[in-house]
Amino acid sequence: MRKHFSAYIEQLVEHEQDIVFVTGDLGYAALENLETKMGSRFINAGVAEQNMIGMSAGMASQGFRVMCYSIAPFIVYRCLEQIRNDMCFHNMPVYLVGNGGGYGYGIMGSSHHAIEDIGVLSGLPNMQCYVPAFIEDMKSCIDSMIAGRRPSYFRMGQGKNMPDYLHLTSYGAASAENNKAELTIIVQGPVANNLVAALKVHEQRAKVDIFVISRMPVIDLPGEVLESVGRTKKVLTIEEHISIGGLGSAVSLLLNEHSIPVNKFISLRAEGYPNGLYGSQAYHQEVSGLDEGNISRIINEYFQAS
Amino acid sequence: MDHLRMQGKLRKKILELHHMAHSGHIACSLSCIDIMISIVKFKEEADTFILSKGHAATALYTIMNETGGIPDAHMGSFYKNATTLPAHPAPMKYDAIPFATGSLGHGLPLAAGIAKAKKLKGDTGISFVLMSDGETNEGTTWEAGHFAIAHKLDNLIVFVDKNGLQGFGNTTEILGDTASKRVWENIGFDVIEVDGHSISAMLEAKEMMMANKNGKPKLILANTVKGKGIPYMENRMEWHYLPMSDMQYEEAVAKINSDYNL
Repeated sequence: MRKHFSAYIEQLVEHEQDIVFVTGDLGYAALENLETKMGSRFINAGVAEQNMIGMSAGMASQGFRVMCYSIAPFIVYRCLEQIRNDMCFHNMPVYLVGNGGGYGYGIMGSSHHAIEDIGVLSGLPNMQCYVPAFIEDMKSCIDSMIAGRRPSYFRMGQGKNMPDYLHLTSYGAASAENNKAELTIIVQGPVANNLVAALKVHEQRAKVDIFVISRMPVIDLPGEVLESVGRTKKVLTIEEHISIGGLGSAVSLLLNEHSIPVNKFISLRAEGYPNGLYGSQAYHQEVSGLDEGNISRIINEYFQAS
Repeated sequence: MDHLRMQGKLRKKILELHHMAHSGHIACSLSCIDIMISIVKFKEEADTFILSKGHAATALYTIMNETGGIPDAHMGSFYKNATTLPAHPAPMKYDAIPFATGSLGHGLPLAAGIAKAKKLKGDTGISFVLMSDGETNEGTTWEAGHFAIAHKLDNLIVFVDKNGLQGFGNTTEILGDTASKRVWENIGFDVIEVDGHSISAMLEAKEMMMANKNGKPKLILANTVKGKGIPYMENRMEWHYLPMSDMQYEEAVAKINSDYNL
């Protein structure tokens, strides 16, 4: 997704002269185009993330919109107080861009993973988080973020194209209206590609409603989600993030607040490091049950039960 | 009004706020009020000011009230419920207070960002920030300091309120002198050391720094006395925390009246 991201930003900054791009000394083989294009508006703030955020909030107070780039864990955890106090309390248009959210950096190890980032950030005042699942969705998230002029976090991951049976919505993407659906699937982020792989059989696809929610926090569930769950009474949530502060928790709370009863609710999520071992992103997804095979198995269980 | 009387008048306002609220953080406001007068009272329209040591909020509120940034009617609500003037500055309440501080080590990065933005836009004006000496313990001080040097931010002027005391001891005995002139000069700042209670000395230092457009960020080390003006508070760590009794308040006001020609 990173190449697509920098290409899209390169187009945007042509017209949006008040955008400044700041990197925390990362971006090799991905951001060179922006460095060339933006000149003095491209700043390498060095290996100093806390200053990068505070300094960016200072720039934003003078009328700039500031994009701050690093890998996801580095831009979230070390500088959390700068994000909260300097950016969020003052509603500054600083856009955090974290590459490789979830287990994206795989074998690089836990220091390089970000599986609690949305939970940590999405409750901060004024903060809007974006977790695009597909390239098309990524562009719509960037457009919304740039127009929004408020503190934002953009979690980047694997960039694949959206399947043709989904269409973009104001909250992410969704499958076409389907009165015959037996199961409501709500998914976030590029792990949606594993769901797409699991649903390659058309007959299965015909029996599910899919909603991709790319914006956090979820203040309320879209009407079509509520309607779908009201009909299917079965919910599966999928996210590459821990349960606390994530999509599944939010969906569960909101369904309860709407008094919509469900017969079965399964949340597939990042389970951390339950076996204490490390590997690729695909390995960690498998350990957490987020892989294509397990998603397929869970969906089949739903169908067998009904 | 001459400098001395201004210094006395604002000291009395600070004491009045703390007496009314029965609150602490008195001595740290008294140590830096003269620095704030030199920056804020003589500030140009295009200049910005951030108080990084947010615990000196009464000094900030007092100078902002004096210069029209906070209405008189708000001052009585200090430290009370439903106030816009809590013990540390609140975000987005007054244009004169662009950033809420209170956690140490935030002001310098913010001020560096403002200075960088001014350079990018070709704006004139200086980005001022006031830090405590204890605050220079924070890692962000050094991150932002090196950023300012690398980006040649000679429109950034940092004042350090060097009173030698921090939260739980003397600065030199805790991490050593992280606000040392030598250290800051060595990394690439222009540094001037001044008497932090002499308005004329600080104004002179400020003018010199502003005129020196040599691509180096500026640091004015203002040597101060914590609790300046009230003998029983001076250089005593406990007055970072304690509120005054009625008797102590009266004694303090009498001392200010007599020493500052009021």
